[in-house]
Amino acid sequence: MSPPPQSPEWRPRIVAFFCTWCTYTAADLAGVSRLKYAANIRVIRLMCSGRVDPQFIFAALANGADGVLIGGCHPGDCHYVEGNYKMLRRFEMVKRLLHEMGVEPKRVRLEWISAAEGEKVKHVVNEMVEQVRQLGPLTLPQRFEAWDHELAGLEAAVADEPVPANEPCPALSL
Amino acid sequence: MPTGSAPDSLRIGFYICHCGHNIAAMVDCPEVAKYAERLPGVALSRDYKYMCSDPGQELIQKDIQEFKLNRIVVASCSPLLHERTFRAATEAGGLNPFFFHMVNIREHDAWVHTDRKEATEKAKALARAAIARVAHHRALEVKRVPINPEVLVVGGGIAGIHATLTLAHAGKKVFLVEREPSIGGHMAKFDKTFPTLDCAACILTPKMSEVGTHPNVTLWSYSEVIKVDGYVGNYTVTVKRKARYVNEDLCTGCQECIANCVYKEPKFSDEFNEGLGRRKPVYIPFPQATPQVTLIDPNVCLNFKRGALTDKCKKTCVEACGEKKAIDFTQREETREIKVGAIIVTTGFQTFDARRVPQYGYGLFPNVYTALEVERLINASGPTGGEVILRDGRPPKAIGIIHCVGSRDVRTNRWCSRVCCMYSLKLAHLLKEHSEAEVYNFYIDMRAPGKSYEEFYSKLLSEGVQFIRGRVGEVTDWAMTPEEEGRLVLRVEDTLAGFVRRIPVDMVVLATGLEPQADAQEIRRLFNMSCGSEGFFLERHPKLAPVNTFTDGIFLAGACQGPRDIPDTVAQAGAAAAEALALIDKGHIEQEPNTACILDAECSGCKSCIPVCPYTAITFDEARQKATINETLCKGCGTCVASCPSGSIVQHLFEDEEILSEIDGVLAR
Repeated sequence: MSPPPQSPEWRPRIVAFFCTWCTYTAADLAGVSRLKYAANIRVIRLMCSGRVDPQFIFAALANGADGVLIGGCHPGDCHYVEGNYKMLRRFEMVKRLLHEMGVEPKRVRLEWISAAEGEKVKHVVNEMVEQVRQLGPLTLPQRFEAWDHELAGLEAAVADEPVPANEPCPALSL
Repeated sequence: MPTGSAPDSLRIGFYICHCGHNIAAMVDCPEVAKYAERLPGVALSRDYKYMCSDPGQELIQKDIQEFKLNRIVVASCSPLLHERTFRAATEAGGLNPFFFHMVNIREHDAWVHTDRKEATEKAKALARAAIARVAHHRALEVKRVPINPEVLVVGGGIAGIHATLTLAHAGKKVFLVEREPSIGGHMAKFDKTFPTLDCAACILTPKMSEVGTHPNVTLWSYSEVIKVDGYVGNYTVTVKRKARYVNEDLCTGCQECIANCVYKEPKFSDEFNEGLGRRKPVYIPFPQATPQVTLIDPNVCLNFKRGALTDKCKKTCVEACGEKKAIDFTQREETREIKVGAIIVTTGFQTFDARRVPQYGYGLFPNVYTALEVERLINASGPTGGEVILRDGRPPKAIGIIHCVGSRDVRTNRWCSRVCCMYSLKLAHLLKEHSEAEVYNFYIDMRAPGKSYEEFYSKLLSEGVQFIRGRVGEVTDWAMTPEEEGRLVLRVEDTLAGFVRRIPVDMVVLATGLEPQADAQEIRRLFNMSCGSEGFFLERHPKLAPVNTFTDGIFLAGACQGPRDIPDTVAQAGAAAAEALALIDKGHIEQEPNTACILDAECSGCKSCIPVCPYTAITFDEARQKATINETLCKGCGTCVASCPSGSIVQHLFEDEEILSEIDGVLAR
């Protein structure tokens, strides 16, 4: 699918899920260090990247996000031993699923950012914003609306053709 | 505007903090407050200069009463900073503290963005999300768990020693684990300390022997922590006790075994003297070693060398030990498990390997020394008995001390090691005292910012030590004049005089910097700590929590956290001990109620959640065909919640509904 034409003012919206121990703290450090990065990101704090349910990623995209960023501790450094590995596995699954659904897997990104890596937060956010900007708007809510509209139209068309009651479906009678 | 209306009973109070100019400069706070006022469920919306101040907190309490608020949202700094403050204010106002949610518009917004309009829009989105989320919050209770009052200190340098004694004096049981055969660390190797020129051993060894004899201290030297389980207040630690082939309980420290070893002369490289001295296969690291127990090096002991327990060696040491029977060639490495409530990590530093700066010729020219080697050369109990002589026995006529070796350099370590200027000054003074040599200091900047440090520098200037400002380019033995023949020549740009000089000396001292220990990464993983980019352990907050780590109950002190001198190390060790005391003396810890629980009616018994729990907190009830979570074992990561296919696990404070409404909130327009 080709991205809809984009205006230069268009700004992608990115929802981020950061684990509180590493990446959220790193984002705090970026703030304390007054590093500057793109304002398109909205961070949701979780205890562990292992808490990121695939449905959160889909919900974010379905509600109008153009990209989803997940930040956790480096492998081997998880505060909860291995929650980040669980996320890593799910992430591979989510990417494939998105691909099947026609959503570019590049719209989702998983990064390991430790509490000391404020610079990396800045770098990753800026890079991701740029990447998603190039992909263009995802517009899932609008597409859902269009599909709903299409379905409603079909339903209406079908409703006009009265189906005789109690008549078995020809396919079934075979 | 988000769609859907909130239940009538919902009365949210929204507060946005200006934080002086910190937030207000980049976010239009009154506009955000005005915007929030119209969101569903919001009964009251205010902007205020400092929400964390007493009047700010009282404002929340008063409003809860006056406007019958039942949910509170504060948009200010990071929840890691002030969540507790506002939860307490919410509770003081008469609400359950978990009916509160915090929005981070300082670290995550005002401080990181440059466009006021964008930053204000972001603040609105985050506020909207929190308001949507807080509607789903439930009343929760803080869990209380008893705390084990014993403390483990890891690393027996001056930091570990001081922390151990502080706790032991307060009546706490302390385990001190040190990997070397004796405690004392780097400080035990120093001759004098700057700027007072106190003898290092004189001030350290009384503390060492106190550790060795204190009834509250269990000292395990030659031991290493290999595993840490549990959580704040209840850690289970596995310690490996290496075999020293001498029974610690039976050895009296008489050292007859050393005198009677079949090797009449010491001939093996001596670790304590940085390889400059020699020791026997059975040895004690240094005269004041604590514990006063010898040990046997199986790599060189004849009895081990030719296959275990042969009769090749006469075992004169065993004979000399006699009735005490302390020597035990069959001793094996063993592991011990201990339970403690808090852990203080004081694993120290290592010195920079001077071979990494090949132009200074360390390892190539025998008379290029590291500063630590010179500490041993000067010391009366060192390999030369305190005499400053070169490797061939000649006394040096000129000595050059090169500062910043491996520090302040993009090619090696970028940081300033903080102690090198001062110890170089000290060594310059001592080398002048112990020899007739002319002493040169080659420095980039002279950093003497401690108490009486600048005065010490002035004193050295008046003592006739030469100071040349410039980073030495190379140390070479290539002579250009008869005077340089057979000597080491330092090529340096004298940046004050403005020309390049060649200075011939007989001895070069490299002021090597401080680095994280080689195995700092493994130690970090063991204790679940973080590291800064340079590899030193990361404190929870650089200013306000300098000895805490991100893991509750694990504290830091000394040079494992960053280069520092002895006074700072001792101060930090005292602080870490006080923090540990504050934790364990309370008797219990309060746990964040973010554990998970299973909705019985919805659990299908698929067991997906069981293998994902790293704490084995989930078990399967065969009779009911349902999973159950043991709340005391659950640490609240939420991994099982995300893996449940039927959505029948709930994590308190991070319920699906709460997070989904937050997602909805940040994206609504």
